[in-house]
Amino acid sequence: MSAIPHPKYEPKTKIEKWIESRLPIIGLIHGTLMIPTPKNLNWMWIWGIVLAAFLVVQLATGIVLAMHYTPHADMAFASVEHIMRDVNGGWLLRYAHANGASMFFIAVYMHIFRGLYYGSYKNPREITWIIGILIYLAMMATAFMGYVLPWGQMSFWGATVITNLFSAVPFVGGDIVSFLWGGFSVDNPTLNRFFSLHYLLPFVIAALVAVHIWAFHSTGNNNPAGVPVRTKNMGEVNKDTVSFWPYYVIKDLFALALFLIFFVVMVFFMPNFMGHPDNYLEANPLVTPAHIVPEWYFLPFYAILRAFTGDVWIVQLTSFITGGIVDAKLFGVLAMFGAIIAMALAPWLDTSRIISGRYRPRFKWWFWLLVVDFFVLMWVGAMPAEEPFATISLIASAYWFAYFFVILPLLGFTEKPNRLPESIEADFDAKIAAKYAKKADAAAVQPAE
Amino acid sequence: MEMKPMTLKSALAAVATVAALSLSAPAHAAGGGGHVEDIAFSFEGPFGTFDKAQLQRGWQVFREVCSTCHGIRYVSPRELTMENGPGFDADQVKAFLADSGWEVVDDEGEPGDTRPMKLSDRFPPVTSAAAPDLSLMTKSRAGFHGPLGSGINQLLRGIGGSEYLYSILTGYHEAPACAPDDFGGYYNTTFGAGGIPDSCKDDHGHSTVPGTWIAMPPPLTDEGVEYQDGTPATVEQQAEDIAAFLTWAAEPHMMDRKAAGARNVGFLVILSVLLYLTNKALWAPIKKKKKA
Repeated sequence: MSAIPHPKYEPKTKIEKWIESRLPIIGLIHGTLMIPTPKNLNWMWIWGIVLAAFLVVQLATGIVLAMHYTPHADMAFASVEHIMRDVNGGWLLRYAHANGASMFFIAVYMHIFRGLYYGSYKNPREITWIIGILIYLAMMATAFMGYVLPWGQMSFWGATVITNLFSAVPFVGGDIVSFLWGGFSVDNPTLNRFFSLHYLLPFVIAALVAVHIWAFHSTGNNNPAGVPVRTKNMGEVNKDTVSFWPYYVIKDLFALALFLIFFVVMVFFMPNFMGHPDNYLEANPLVTPAHIVPEWYFLPFYAILRAFTGDVWIVQLTSFITGGIVDAKLFGVLAMFGAIIAMALAPWLDTSRIISGRYRPRFKWWFWLLVVDFFVLMWVGAMPAEEPFATISLIASAYWFAYFFVILPLLGFTEKPNRLPESIEADFDAKIAAKYAKKADAAAVQPAE
Repeated sequence: MEMKPMTLKSALAAVATVAALSLSAPAHAAGGGGHVEDIAFSFEGPFGTFDKAQLQRGWQVFREVCSTCHGIRYVSPRELTMENGPGFDADQVKAFLADSGWEVVDDEGEPGDTRPMKLSDRFPPVTSAAAPDLSLMTKSRAGFHGPLGSGINQLLRGIGGSEYLYSILTGYHEAPACAPDDFGGYYNTTFGAGGIPDSCKDDHGHSTVPGTWIAMPPPLTDEGVEYQDGTPATVEQQAEDIAAFLTWAAEPHMMDRKAAGARNVGFLVILSVLLYLTNKALWAPIKKKKKA
């Protein structure tokens, strides 16, 4: 499966041979687990396992929740309370599922920014990256529809606001929205289809995850140095890599256990921290909350959606050029999706041939500014649409696009990269040597005291 | 108790006020409006537990005062016997139900028939828009935002909904001088979702007084209930007790949850240590080779 040469699985016992000749599944598992993995991976390479674990947590809790939940506008809210009160361990299932979604997004944002810093999106991993973005989009759709299911005030009004975005599509927008709703407002048919799709999409995500893993197992993992594994012969491969099992499985499980501590603290001690109090009020189409705030993980892109109002010159210009077809509303929607598409295009927008940001002195600054920008967008996304937040969100949105469409293309030409390590082995050795040198220094200082 | 039905417009204005205030509110505010008193309830913090005697007193306040207008439709009488809750005997709860005269729809009878409540029923819903259901009130009014808007205080001091209820119930005050005598409702320094007379607003339309006018008349009076355990029934005491009871009603499994949390954290800490040591031992030969 891997482009990096490694010993093939040889069935030894009779039963292994019998199975392997009919379905080479043991070989597939062996190849996946024993894949040679760069030995210099740092702690930012743990998020993939965390994500896989939380996909399983969400599937497992979600399937049981679905056994007790009633997808009907008149009964959904009460059925969630039934889960919280009457179902054995129901409160745990629900809180784990609701907070699990937040953990999933924390992990995916760490994973995405890891990729952006270490250039994991670059040649030859473009397809891995694109599939990753598709997974992220599917996660957002799943999380959004899941939040509608308890049928609280934020569920209902969040669904109303987000589905209304599609009304911005020229000419057929209104029809699309009616189609999504299954009627003329968010109502029981909407809840029913969201429930169905919320159950379906996680399995689509699981399939995409399999392809994601397949893709990077073919190219080999990226690594913090960005230099490829030397593949001339097995000796070189063995110097640059260790097998995934047991080295990274144990390391990742350790990191996962630490992350799970954070997760259980949220679930058991402050389970409603990530939620909105209004969602403990049953949906009421007659009472609109003044501030309809999406879940935290949508806030950066919600801020971009709201940033481009009718009084921004680029919106006015676009409206003029398109004869009014692209109005402020459509511009905002396009900007929101565009912000994600910009990430998907990163492999082609980034002109630097250096993979890892570690060896790009100027890139680093712009990258960390992007991280700050992300948090600024998250913050203004939760603020009311008024000054000074409107201006801040406009500037922050502009930087998001500038990073991908201006800075990444230009940096490749203007930046003088630092010297790369000769190999993964050299990078690994240097790191270990530096660590021991530090320890030796500390030991040398000791007697003087 | 006759209450003015809320019009749609005033309901919208009310919600708008709550939301606007809750976003701009300082670290202590919950649900909007004015001052929210931080009470050190027994159930706060990672190891907090419900005070059984307090929940029993709170149930008495609910039964004798609140239930005149409000319901707790998601709560079932059998839950009143929960050991980690009010912990009444089943016979006591049956006696409450017999006393109360509460009736529920009889599924086995003719359409429209009702029958007396059983332990396994839920309390009957009250559909009056002016008297919202109280089952989830403490969770829907949560709002400890501090410090610095992070909300971390929720871990140690509770989510704030219980405090909000307490503050509403003790927040009735003499109306400020700016208000006309015939302005509808009762002045409450905590309530944020009610009306404010124009004469109490500045030139920009901002209120000059804390709180707003609430439709609910002051429900609690000193010695308004007579506690069986001899606790003096001040308004503050009753307010704390009912806030505690409704916090339990909103989250009846809270104590089980926290106990399970302690076990889970303990287990994961041990697992993490073991995995850390395993990982260290596993990688040692690979790193050793490089040191030499």
